[in-house]
Amino acid sequence: MKLLAFDASSPACSCALHLDGEITERYEIAPRQHAALILPMADELLTEAGLKPIELDGIAFGRGPGSFTGLRIASGVAQGIAFAADIPVAPISSLATLAQAAYIENGAKKVFAAIDARMSEVYWGMYIIDKQGIMRCEGEESVSAPHHISLPNVEDWYGVGSAWTIYADILATKCGLSQEDESYPQARAMIPLALAAFAEGQIVSAENALPVYLRNKVV
Amino acid sequence: MRVLGIETSCDETGVAVYDSEQGLLLGHALHSQIDIHAQYGGVVPELASRDHVRKLIPLIKNLLHENLIKQSEIKGVAYTAGPGLIGALLVGAAVGRSLAWTWQVPAIGVHHMEGHLLAAMLEKPAPRFPFLALLVSGGHTQLVEVMARGKYTVLGESVDDAAGEAFDKTAKLLGLGYPGGPAIARLAERGNPDVFHFPRPMTQRPGLDFSFSGLKTSVLTTWRAQVQNEQTRADIARAFEIAVIETLAIKCRRAIQQTGLKRLVVAGGVGANQRLRTRLREVADKMGAVVYYPRPIFCTDNGAMIAYAGSLQLMAGQSEPLGFSAYPRWSMNELK
Repeated sequence: MKLLAFDASSPACSCALHLDGEITERYEIAPRQHAALILPMADELLTEAGLKPIELDGIAFGRGPGSFTGLRIASGVAQGIAFAADIPVAPISSLATLAQAAYIENGAKKVFAAIDARMSEVYWGMYIIDKQGIMRCEGEESVSAPHHISLPNVEDWYGVGSAWTIYADILATKCGLSQEDESYPQARAMIPLALAAFAEGQIVSAENALPVYLRNKVV
Repeated sequence: MRVLGIETSCDETGVAVYDSEQGLLLGHALHSQIDIHAQYGGVVPELASRDHVRKLIPLIKNLLHENLIKQSEIKGVAYTAGPGLIGALLVGAAVGRSLAWTWQVPAIGVHHMEGHLLAAMLEKPAPRFPFLALLVSGGHTQLVEVMARGKYTVLGESVDDAAGEAFDKTAKLLGLGYPGGPAIARLAERGNPDVFHFPRPMTQRPGLDFSFSGLKTSVLTTWRAQVQNEQTRADIARAFEIAVIETLAIKCRRAIQQTGLKRLVVAGGVGANQRLRTRLREVADKMGAVVYYPRPIFCTDNGAMIAYAGSLQLMAGQSEPLGFSAYPRWSMNELK
């Protein structure tokens, strides 16, 4: 399957191309540069693979939660490509992407992913690896003050995400281990999630490739 | 060349396809967010962005379907790149630039006010260059000398509130609905023009700049000092509308004198006001000048003007790189 994945939900911008089992990627930490970077990254990956955009089979985009503007850039790009190429889209959670990366890189099987949501809150969710090596959300993703979060069996969870740099003290009491460096969603880690979504039919048409903000009270 | 135009700079999602060979607008569609913002008395930027990202693709899909336009026939994409609300602009830019990349056709970011300036070119007869343009909307009040496409000189502009903004704010303090322009125009119908008199700001000194923020203060002071009934409200609305129209008329007369141009194009949302249209026509007639207006639906924000303005740039060989940008503030003097 020829699948293009990208994420702009954090200060990082990344794009990955899955071409029949092979993955190539571009990743850059570049706050507020997503609009300038995302299509050039995609174009480079496709050019290297000798592909035209119209030859893609599917799109995956980081649907959130995260920066509202970044989510809409990714959503808008996904919609534009999917509509013009007449292909389906897999909206991928940025929290699930963080969890999937923790599995790929550190073998973590139960992940507590948390992203800074500003306004003294975090976006968070719990993920458990399934038999096929795909991170699945336990319960629902939500937005709340970090001290309100409670996880069952504290020591089981591996913590990841940008919320850790800001609320390390509070979050450290919620799980056993945590990643030491700040981590952002990477398009490479979206590929297994997206392939699973396509296999399971968890896909939408261009106009339904919409962000999931989690924070909906904005006025 | 068939060009898809996309406008998402504020609270209207507009799309259109213009065919430059035929000189014909093949179709246009608009989704207005007025109902979303009305309860807040003004545009809420985050809500505007959220709505654009939901409505844009369905609008394009219907536009192509209803006008029997195939995707493969579109040879260029134009989107509003500024000025406007940054988040809203980025939605149109992201979708527009990505459509163009996938179709492998050029894309261009259009200046929103240039779109308004050129909207009258979609009408018959269209004004010939050079002309003088009065742009009056919720975000802008400008007098512009238009020598040719891309050759614009801003002769004067508002130093504070735009004319449309003055309408909105005045409507709010009189307890009228949003948007204020149509609400005041309707109420003014029943108002006596001779009861109140408001100043015509900045008309006593030379120059072509405008100022409308003091006017709403005058309205507020007057309204508070009166017995507040329906007739007073209507009389004030009428006097306010006259003050704005006369101010615009005085500056237009001055600009025609100063430039010697005999064609005046009026564009922007306030340009849909019928009493303004009538008054400017009188002014122009007396000076041997001709006034051109876009049809009312193309006075307010729309995709047609972006498709048209974009087609001129694309035909001239201009295009944008793959990295797209939006410019919330962007002077028309910088255009090429």
